[in-house]
Amino acid sequence: MTVKTPIYLDYSATTPVDQRVADKMIPYLTEFFGNPASRSHSFGWTAEKAVENAREQVAALVNADPKEIVWTSGATESNNLAIKGAAHFYAGSKGKHIITVATEHKAVIDPVRELERQGFEATFLEPEPNGLVDLEKFKAALRPDTVLASVMFVNNEIGVIQDIEAIGNLCRANGTIFHVDAAQATGKVDIDLEKLPVDLMSFSAHKTYGPKGIGALYVRRKPRVRLEAQMHGGGHERGFRSGTLPTHQIVGMGEAFAIAKAEMALENARIKRLRDKLWAGLSEIEEVYLNGDLERRVPHNLNVSFNFVEGESLIMAVKDIAVSSGSACTSASLEPSYVLRALGRSDELAHSSIRFSIGRTTTEEEIDYTIALLKAKIGKLRELSPLWEMYQDGIDLNSVQWAAH
Amino acid sequence: MSAEAIYFDHNATTALDSRVLEAMLPHLRNQQGNPTSRHSFGRAARQAIDLAREQVAAAVGAHPSQVTFTSGGTEANNMAIKGIAATHTPSQVIVSATEHPAVSRPAQSLLGRGWKMAKAGVGDDGRIDLNALATLLQQKTALVSVMTANNETGVLQDIPAIAELAHRYGSLLHTDAVQALGKIELDFNALGANAMSLSGHKINGPQGVGALILDKRVDLQPLLEGGGQEKGLRSGTENIAAIVGFGLACELAKRELARHAERISVLRKQFEAGLAELGATVFGQDAARLPNTSFFALPNIEGETLVMALDRQGYAVASGSACSSDSIEPSHVLLAMGVAPEIARGAVRVSLGARNTAAEVESLLQTLKNEQLRMKRMAAVAV
Repeated sequence: MTVKTPIYLDYSATTPVDQRVADKMIPYLTEFFGNPASRSHSFGWTAEKAVENAREQVAALVNADPKEIVWTSGATESNNLAIKGAAHFYAGSKGKHIITVATEHKAVIDPVRELERQGFEATFLEPEPNGLVDLEKFKAALRPDTVLASVMFVNNEIGVIQDIEAIGNLCRANGTIFHVDAAQATGKVDIDLEKLPVDLMSFSAHKTYGPKGIGALYVRRKPRVRLEAQMHGGGHERGFRSGTLPTHQIVGMGEAFAIAKAEMALENARIKRLRDKLWAGLSEIEEVYLNGDLERRVPHNLNVSFNFVEGESLIMAVKDIAVSSGSACTSASLEPSYVLRALGRSDELAHSSIRFSIGRTTTEEEIDYTIALLKAKIGKLRELSPLWEMYQDGIDLNSVQWAAH
Repeated sequence: MSAEAIYFDHNATTALDSRVLEAMLPHLRNQQGNPTSRHSFGRAARQAIDLAREQVAAAVGAHPSQVTFTSGGTEANNMAIKGIAATHTPSQVIVSATEHPAVSRPAQSLLGRGWKMAKAGVGDDGRIDLNALATLLQQKTALVSVMTANNETGVLQDIPAIAELAHRYGSLLHTDAVQALGKIELDFNALGANAMSLSGHKINGPQGVGALILDKRVDLQPLLEGGGQEKGLRSGTENIAAIVGFGLACELAKRELARHAERISVLRKQFEAGLAELGATVFGQDAARLPNTSFFALPNIEGETLVMALDRQGYAVASGSACSSDSIEPSHVLLAMGVAPEIARGAVRVSLGARNTAAEVESLLQTLKNEQLRMKRMAAVAV
């Protein structure tokens, strides 16, 4: 087999910049270098025109008005701006209760935690074992003073797709501002903001083959949603977000989203075939567990726990593939994934999980290689595992009294 | 834009140095990897960021651990001002009257939260009045923010003296050094500030990246929360290509500073000698200034008119700061310096850069002379 290792299967952490995107960006790093806020000369006007063209491209992917797109430095900033900005703006008129989900990205959880420190009250809904939010439970959590709800479109670890339309309708009926982190959704699921009852939506470029360091926040105009700015200064982005606009990065995000719009249908079908093949291969191994719903899930993601294997040694054993154990943003810590824990997985199964995320340049050979690698390595690791031996002997491990030492 | 347009607006933004572009391209074209990921792709990204952090630190005499990367100067300013305010009981914050909006607006945003804001006045040379500052400091003040170099006039503040004064009253000092980096020597420790903002795109680096240099004894609440990047001070996936570019731009700026500053000073001297012949007023001319900036007014010509006329003839200059050039209010910097509004309305900023030449400066002067004559003739006809 002729595959180049390590094989990159971590597209949910970040994607390479598409060559077509890089080609569009480079002229704005060299000849068209103006500050889009410079109004007194053509260097500035050229940059501004490029920024506005990109705004249209981003809006087009999600069927929004370009005026509803605010540039940020990435999804983390978009989430911070949406959550703190809306909570602060509407707290006085609506109240100080916030609903979010225990499996949100840290970039949502941590701003909500900060609001708690400032006197807001937050409900962190537990998802069902398949990772999805139960609508009845969401409805029950809504209160008259629920000012804001934040639910991610697609989970970064397990890839499940929440029912954004239904949750949004519940929020509308309650007069609650609804924010959606769609960093993992663009190019993977259809997003139509004309139809979806969503007030604020966060986007990132580098999860969709655009550059790092650029993102956007959708801010609905009809009915108009207002925010308290989090970054003050020159008054760029109609006061929502000050700071010189990085033209080349914006151009890159626009192009990346235009490519996603043009190619997502075909690409997702191809990626789904690869993902299904990967799962078919891995599920031939004994004692593997799929994390998260398989049907309501983006085709790019497969998250699997391998029982009777120790997490760290698993990661060491599969060095030939670049994957995540838990989200990239938390993988520096050795805590088991809080997302998998929220699904009710044991610490052991959470620790021995791998997120495979497939992308634009993944090949069938790479998937074949990955299946063969996992089969071989899991077998080897289990040969060394006394727990696996006990399991094979039919001992119920939950009944074992472990001696402390 | 016309191919022959000559760029004289380097305080707004600068063209990317080709060596910086070369360093960035691999990270745009080939590398993939989230620096937080533990696999080999992620580790390569992490190493690139570590190197850039050392380069930025070295350029300003700081330790790499004092460098936090941000999305730019505006974010660094917001982070310093709001982040320091959040860890202090509300008292007073003082900013100079000539600050960029990226400092004065974050300071204003504290007003609803129990904070007071005071503006420290400047003299007619644009330099902060230390006695007036000392008077303001009689009131309990958590933070003072004074820019190292002004974006419009280029006037330099005496940061070490201001730091000493602020510290004597138990206040912290933040300085926005976005315009100073790469144009004058900057040493974080010698300046004595507790926090300092930097930006990439003013020093022939990329847009979309900056840094906050922070005295680690200062307790600071992050502006962006999430994945805990930058030791928890600034969450969000790192903008690797831009960070790598910023790092190299800092290294080049430091290495080439002496030669660059010398060359630019000669050009500016040439330009201002020509301006004197046209009867222009150069604002802050007698103060210590950045070597590249001339903020001036020609008698009886509106700045906007002149800027537009120059643009038509292929010269890119600015009136006031780029960020506020939507409005036609006279420059708040000039008003703070006591310049009469009708004179301030005539202000035009020429900011020189590494690529400008003596011939370009000469042709700009000739064009200004012609414009002045043309306007005089038009005025004569109108009478």
